[in-house]
Amino acid sequence: MAVPLAYNFRNLWTRRLTTILTVSGMALVVFVFASILMLADGLQKTLVETGSFDNVVFLRKGSSSEVVSGVTRQQAAILEAFPEIAIGPRGQKLLSKELVVLVALTKKGSDKPSNVILRGIDENSLLLRRQVRLVEGRLPRMGSTEVIAGMSIVQKFKDIGMGETLCCGMRDWKIVGVFDAGNTGFSSEIWGDTDQFMQAFRRNAYSSVIFKLQDASGFQNVKSHIEGDPRLTLEVKRETKYYADQSEMMAKFLRILGISLTLIFSIGAVIGAMITMYSSVANRTAEIGTLRALGFQRRDILIAFLLESLLLGFLGGIVGLFFASFMQLITISTMNFQTFSELAFSFSLNLQIIYMGMGFALIMGFVGGVLPAVRASRMIIVDALRAS
Amino acid sequence: MLILKVLFRNAFRNRLRTGLTILGITIAILAFGLLRTLISAWYAGVEASSATRLVTRNAVSIIFPLPHFYKDKIQQVSGVKTVSYGSWFGGVYGDEKNFFANFAVEARSFLELYPEFIIPPDDREVFLKDQKGCVIGKKLAARFGWKIGDLVTLKGTIFLGNWDFVVRGIYQGRDKDTDESQLFFHWKYLNEIQKKALPNWTDKVGYYMIGVTRPEISGDVAVAIDQIFKNSLAETLTETEKAFQQGFVAMSGAIVAAIQIVSFVVIFIIMAVVANTMAMTTRERIGEYAILKTLGFGGGHIAALIFGESFVITIIGCLLGVAATFPATKVISTELGAYFPVFNIGRETVLLNFVAALGIGFVAAIIPTRRAIKIRIADGLRRIG
Repeated sequence: MAVPLAYNFRNLWTRRLTTILTVSGMALVVFVFASILMLADGLQKTLVETGSFDNVVFLRKGSSSEVVSGVTRQQAAILEAFPEIAIGPRGQKLLSKELVVLVALTKKGSDKPSNVILRGIDENSLLLRRQVRLVEGRLPRMGSTEVIAGMSIVQKFKDIGMGETLCCGMRDWKIVGVFDAGNTGFSSEIWGDTDQFMQAFRRNAYSSVIFKLQDASGFQNVKSHIEGDPRLTLEVKRETKYYADQSEMMAKFLRILGISLTLIFSIGAVIGAMITMYSSVANRTAEIGTLRALGFQRRDILIAFLLESLLLGFLGGIVGLFFASFMQLITISTMNFQTFSELAFSFSLNLQIIYMGMGFALIMGFVGGVLPAVRASRMIIVDALRAS
Repeated sequence: MLILKVLFRNAFRNRLRTGLTILGITIAILAFGLLRTLISAWYAGVEASSATRLVTRNAVSIIFPLPHFYKDKIQQVSGVKTVSYGSWFGGVYGDEKNFFANFAVEARSFLELYPEFIIPPDDREVFLKDQKGCVIGKKLAARFGWKIGDLVTLKGTIFLGNWDFVVRGIYQGRDKDTDESQLFFHWKYLNEIQKKALPNWTDKVGYYMIGVTRPEISGDVAVAIDQIFKNSLAETLTETEKAFQQGFVAMSGAIVAAIQIVSFVVIFIIMAVVANTMAMTTRERIGEYAILKTLGFGGGHIAALIFGESFVITIIGCLLGVAATFPATKVISTELGAYFPVFNIGRETVLLNFVAALGIGFVAAIIPTRRAIKIRIADGLRRIG
């Protein structure tokens, strides 16, 4: 017969201070563990949601991001003649030629400059990016120096908002609208007319060409077409893949950092649990003797103490995850190493992280409790009963 | 002396528990020290930069180049001693994982401006004469096993194609925080090739590096330089090299801040563990404290006993942790040398370690002491451990 679970609960309750301290140590570890995974996940989610599966991006061969890429007007014209391009509502081809440059803007709070993506768009760009929604003002008129700014930029940067002007490339750009692209990278960009940007920044090539496939399976066709045409020194990627690649390095960095940190921390928490469990065994020597005398098997004692330790881990996991879930309210804006530009993303919690966090907490409880539990189960009845 | 002996005896009465606690503190202090070192590695570029050098870049952002002819105009500004220039090349050796910084620079003025890169004079002359030559840092040379005379091929990510360089010199850092994992080659070589490949991108440089005659005037010189190019096609932004490097670090500021927060979390975790140990210790000894009180010892004595024991445990842990930090950093700096070329433990880090250990010891003892002092003698004596 197993020792009743209530016994464990009451034990934890009797030594409240110790229980709270042990649990809070574990909770902190779980909190850090979950938070960092949430951060890496949030980053990836943001960049993956930025792309659409149907869209394909053309960049210059060898360039990893739009910032260093270049597509000449001639190449863009060749791409425009591809039969795989989807047709828009007004019968136009859903293809947009875009220019991406970085400008240094001042961040709120720190007053430090940070690179922001300025994206030159044409009238098809919005049709290709269904996620983008105007929340204030209006769209920029093509052929004018009007721009619209993404939500995250408006929130995190100084002097960016409706009616403000942005000065770069010897021109003043008037912000006539604010757009929200949800949890995507576009929210951290400023958009305006491509041709105006090309003029102002003295560029004679586009950064990228994006078009929507008529049929999502037409990707292979496009790819072989590109590879067969020597004029097109370009690379083609699905938009989803393109953005996922951009998050890869940083997400990996965050994960490695997070996991190695939590492994070190968890040693501390495991030791905490071990100390607690050892002393709880030592304090209850007579009790253990009594339980054994009453007929509980060694195995039952082992299980009872392991359960108690697992319970500690479980409580730590619950508390840690509870606080970690509040991190979802926080949005972080930092530089993505790969694009060298600002990107806002938030912590994102999903079931997998909850499982992992809880699993981690239980493992900590188990590792901390196994040695003390073995010691408890090995006690000799007579000696244990004799202990005062 | 006697009191110290009592404290040690008390601390090691329960060897297993104290041993575990000390182990926990050692690990926490080690983690704390490593994280602080990681943060300072992030700032290594800032630390290594000189206040007498200015950097001029395009005001719009670093990705826009500046015309090559600015050099002569900058040279004319009073207070300017040396002008050098360069471009971020962004070449990759084989795979992107083998990342290291590589720049195209105007070599003669560059080496003059950066005396911390030490190259043997003979190699230096050979490098200056060979347009396809390059110099590499000592760590970089060790990482890929490159020797003088080797051919190194980089794949350009910004400037397309495969680029061949001949290693003509291996530089050594003058200071401890000099980055020894970079590659420099002649800007002229880059420019000549660009003339054929992308004529639009020729005669452009990424940034100017300027040496001023006296550090005090660097602010005025910076303003004077920016003034010349005001309202031109490429307006400039001139700042000290330190501020320029700081700007880069600030861009990834959120991550540094996160590591900073996390480094304190580890202190809290261990604080909970030590507090737990102390709480158990005092709970077991409540009877003894009651006896001490009966004998006439006051609350102050009991507090001194508990705090002292707590400090004994944390300081032993801290000493072990600090001792372990040094070999650990050595391992990390060889493993992660590619990402953090400079990885040194600062004196401040060691100091912070001790402050943290004392803080842990202090906070951990507060609640148990309060309990021990408050207990009434009769209750204490009646209680069975």
